[in-house]
Amino acid sequence: MASVAAYDPLATSGSWRRTQAKLLVYIPLAIFAGYYLLPFVIVILNSFRNNEEIFQNGLISLPTSFDITPWFTAWNKFCVGGTCEGIAPNFYNSLKMTIPATIISTAIGAINGYVLSKWRFRGSEFLFGAMTLGVFMPGQMVLLPWAFILGNLGLTNTIAGLVLIHTVQGISFTTLFCRNYYVNIPDDLIKAARIDGAGFWRIFNRIILPLSPPILIVTVIWQFTGIWNDFLYGVIFSSGRGQPITAALIALSANGTTVREYNIMSSAVIIGALPPLLIYFFGGRYFIRGLTQGAIK
Amino acid sequence: MAATASIAGSDLGAGRVWRERLGRWLPQIVLTPSLIATFVYVFIFTIWTLYISLSDSSLLPSYKFVGFEHYVGLWHNRRWNIAYTNLFLFGGLYVIGAMAFGLFLAVLIDQRVKGESIWRTIYLYPLAVSFVVTGTVWGWLFNPTSGIEHFVHDLGWLGFKFDWITDRDMAIYTVVITGIWQASGFAMALFLAGLRSVDQDLIKAAQIDGASVWRIYFRIIFPAIRPIFIAVLVVLLQFAIKTFDLVQALTRGGPGIATTMPAIYVYDLIFQRGQIAEGAAAAIMILVALLFVLVPYGLYQRWRTRRETARG
Repeated sequence: MASVAAYDPLATSGSWRRTQAKLLVYIPLAIFAGYYLLPFVIVILNSFRNNEEIFQNGLISLPTSFDITPWFTAWNKFCVGGTCEGIAPNFYNSLKMTIPATIISTAIGAINGYVLSKWRFRGSEFLFGAMTLGVFMPGQMVLLPWAFILGNLGLTNTIAGLVLIHTVQGISFTTLFCRNYYVNIPDDLIKAARIDGAGFWRIFNRIILPLSPPILIVTVIWQFTGIWNDFLYGVIFSSGRGQPITAALIALSANGTTVREYNIMSSAVIIGALPPLLIYFFGGRYFIRGLTQGAIK
Repeated sequence: MAATASIAGSDLGAGRVWRERLGRWLPQIVLTPSLIATFVYVFIFTIWTLYISLSDSSLLPSYKFVGFEHYVGLWHNRRWNIAYTNLFLFGGLYVIGAMAFGLFLAVLIDQRVKGESIWRTIYLYPLAVSFVVTGTVWGWLFNPTSGIEHFVHDLGWLGFKFDWITDRDMAIYTVVITGIWQASGFAMALFLAGLRSVDQDLIKAAQIDGASVWRIYFRIIFPAIRPIFIAVLVVLLQFAIKTFDLVQALTRGGPGIATTMPAIYVYDLIFQRGQIAEGAAAAIMILVALLFVLVPYGLYQRWRTRRETARG
């Protein structure tokens, strides 16, 4: 931080100039903060208003009513796609899909990363390069093959099918993350352990895993957020009550026939956004690290 | 290693030999399932989709080869033309907008502002929110009867109109605004990391020479983080090409087909209209677009590492 002071315009002499410079920085920051926070604040406020009031005053206005029933209705009473059980079933679907896929793909990625950084063999660098190509695959390219495979495995419209898709797709990311992290662990540590007679798994358990928490947290956050927020596979390979929450939210706001119940939909939207948001707020540091690594590598 | 293993093996029997041998190949064995899965996912899936795009498949896959007929059909299709025109318009504005906002915010935050982590948290949280949620909520705000237009009317300016989302010519710009909202924090985070990595001695030297802040940024800092600019550009272009959920949630490609994107068109062709071959052809075109972005980037990265190693 201190080094930044070297070109700090706020440090210019003269108190008026300093105030001016400060305003020049803080006013735009505040305007942008408004742009980013506006949707969030509005959705939260609307989830506690009653619908008549929303219709009278519009979505953007200070609430004059307070009502927490929209939350309950959204959770387990609202009708989505024929059944009236709210979005709770879809929320659980998302959990059942995201948690296993995150854990499995992260575990596989850690082991792959370990092999590709500490047990290199002829051609392993090439194989690593080929594996990372999966990171760039556009979803649309793989829809037909997945439909074919899920159909043949009898996994169409099941959570297991979605777990399979997200795990296979995730391996490229998790391997990339873990390999690039493990590469920086000194090889001497591994060599010393091998001389002491430690084998493949022992080294992994005793040396690599204890050093892994930072990268595992980054990987888990990345995978969890990505899988939870996925819509494409959810909407194509599942239907009705079997859908994850993102697909259900789209179905919910497409209920065009009745009056739009913005308060209930606001609650539903918040419920759907909550798990990744919580992870972001509590693991923000790791989230950003994962982001920069994932993007630049 | 190999020698000791065989000696130990001859002493202690065949079981030990096998275990030793297995031990030596263990890394490869462990890696194999992932390799197969990724290989199938990347190469077999691509070849399969490519083949389908050249076949006469319609509702169900068929393997009769018909050549490039579906690609010709695709490029003569009005909706596809709208989709890729939209991709260029949206992609261009989205990438420029997100980068400009991101850079601006990063520079502001770089001025030793108070509460840096709070500002950062505010600008970045949209990234944790799904495109579905983002698109749905902005859709409400853009809705003239309930959102921003209604709000301004209530303030007393009754002539105010903001109905872009229902206007065929303007709807694509609502997608741009929403997309920038979602991605500029991401650009900011990367730019900020870049700004912080610039060699402080360079900056100090320029300051001693009496260069203005403006000049220092444009002449020294920005050129020094050119690789970050390119990385952000590539990632955002990728996002743009793959855009699907955002539009689906915000406008559903409408009004009419005004905001269709290639990724949405693929989905429609394959899963709504049962024109598998043409859908596959459109998917291949998306891949081609991605390659146009990624191949030059890969070459650039190689050039850069080579230059760095050459310099020592």
